[in-house]
Amino acid sequence: MAMTVKKQPSDRQHRYLKNVTTLTFDSEKCTGCGLCETVCPHSVFELNEGKLYLTNKDACIECGACALNCPTKALFVNPGTGCASAFIFGWLTDDEPACDCSGGGFC
Amino acid sequence: MENTYSDKESIANVPTSLTTCDMLGAWKVRLGIGRMNYTVNPGLYSVGNPHRESPVLVSANYKLTFDILRKNLADLDCWLLILDTKGVNVWCAAGKGTFGTDELVHRIDSVGLSKVVNHRNLILPQLGAPGINAHEITARTGFSVTYGPVRADDIQAYIAEGYNATREMRRVKFTFTDRLVLTPMELVPAVKMSLPIMGVMLITNQFAKRPFGKSDIAAYAGAILTGSVITPLLLPYIPGKAFAWKGLVTGLMGTICILGASKGFKKENRLMSAGQLLLFPAFSSFLALNFTGATTYTSPSGVKKEMKRALPLIIGAGAVGAAIVLGSHFLGKGKK
Ligand code: SF4
Ligand code: SF4
Repeated sequence: MAMTVKKQPSDRQHRYLKNVTTLTFDSEKCTGCGLCETVCPHSVFELNEGKLYLTNKDACIECGACALNCPTKALFVNPGTGCASAFIFGWLTDDEPACDCSGGGFC
Repeated sequence: MENTYSDKESIANVPTSLTTCDMLGAWKVRLGIGRMNYTVNPGLYSVGNPHRESPVLVSANYKLTFDILRKNLADLDCWLLILDTKGVNVWCAAGKGTFGTDELVHRIDSVGLSKVVNHRNLILPQLGAPGINAHEITARTGFSVTYGPVRADDIQAYIAEGYNATREMRRVKFTFTDRLVLTPMELVPAVKMSLPIMGVMLITNQFAKRPFGKSDIAAYAGAILTGSVITPLLLPYIPGKAFAWKGLVTGLMGTICILGASKGFKKENRLMSAGQLLLFPAFSSFLALNFTGATTYTSPSGVKKEMKRALPLIIGAGAVGAAIVLGSHFLGKGKK
């Protein structure tokens, strides 16, 4: 591939556990619309000449945006929040994990 | 706020500059003081002097989000459609589904948006996408959805580029400043959690042969600091990937330093120090694990995996460490 993606500092900085995401892709169903590439906050996808590549799968945080917005259901992910206290709270109360976050940097 | 806006005068205009009060409020929220009710009313607002062709931006009714957004809209003429996310920021609300398809459809309808603007396009924050099905919005309301940039301070550039976000604008980051702003929210609950522990120490001191002293408190405070401040701040520079591991590394280093400085490795103090070396790094590790919720790059599957491994170790080491520390104080091992 001739395309070289320039490494940004943020590419190197944060790395989380590998091979854990529940993200799956069914290339048969994909129309190459590119919406998943647009909504993904961690640049997991790359669309090249109408074909979709999962170039950065380990960066997936399972936010669910791609799967929900894919018009042909070519993507699946079990969505949730990566929050330890939410899981603990969920286990203690036998409830769904609930996240009490209030960071405001994102609009 | 359920009235329909038929004439422009009834739509509240919002200023794009923040007052001292807004900024003080933001800090109170970050420090966890009365942050529950920091909301604005959902509905339609105008910024500048918008007309029927002006863009419509959608956001959440968390006041901090609202303030950051309007601050970045200076010199723009646009409409703001604020969804009722129960005072939660866009990303978290999208994850919960309150910044969601149904709420957006309902809000478009309840403010009569199709009567206010001629076009049929909405600009949503990209981080709202986990809650929104763009195609369903179009099918149900006739409005099409465009996802804007992740950060509010890129909106002007995004609009200037003809509603085009660069790859950089689409990516969530987690800079030193981001992490710094979050540390008070980690520190405050950790300190609150410490009050009963301080109580146990005080009561123990009534009976113990060797009362808890300054060096013990220093080691304890050190663990809080390494787990909830130092680990978050130095996150990408601490070796390893798992948060519990990172907290353990900083916690061990912190405890060793404090013990070294307070004669902890002298022969008569060794048992108690061994207990502290189990207890405090475990505590630091636990606090660091809790920081996963504040980060922007942890997946639930990853956090679950790391918890399954780390939690039994943390609890085990913590319990054994606490028993040794309490025991050595009661029995008076190691007088200083
Ligand atoms: S779930 Fe979220 S982070 Fe993962 S690939 Fe989809 S959009 Fe990207
Ligand atoms: S959103 Fe779905 S159809 Fe569109 S490019 Fe992504 S996977 Fe393919």
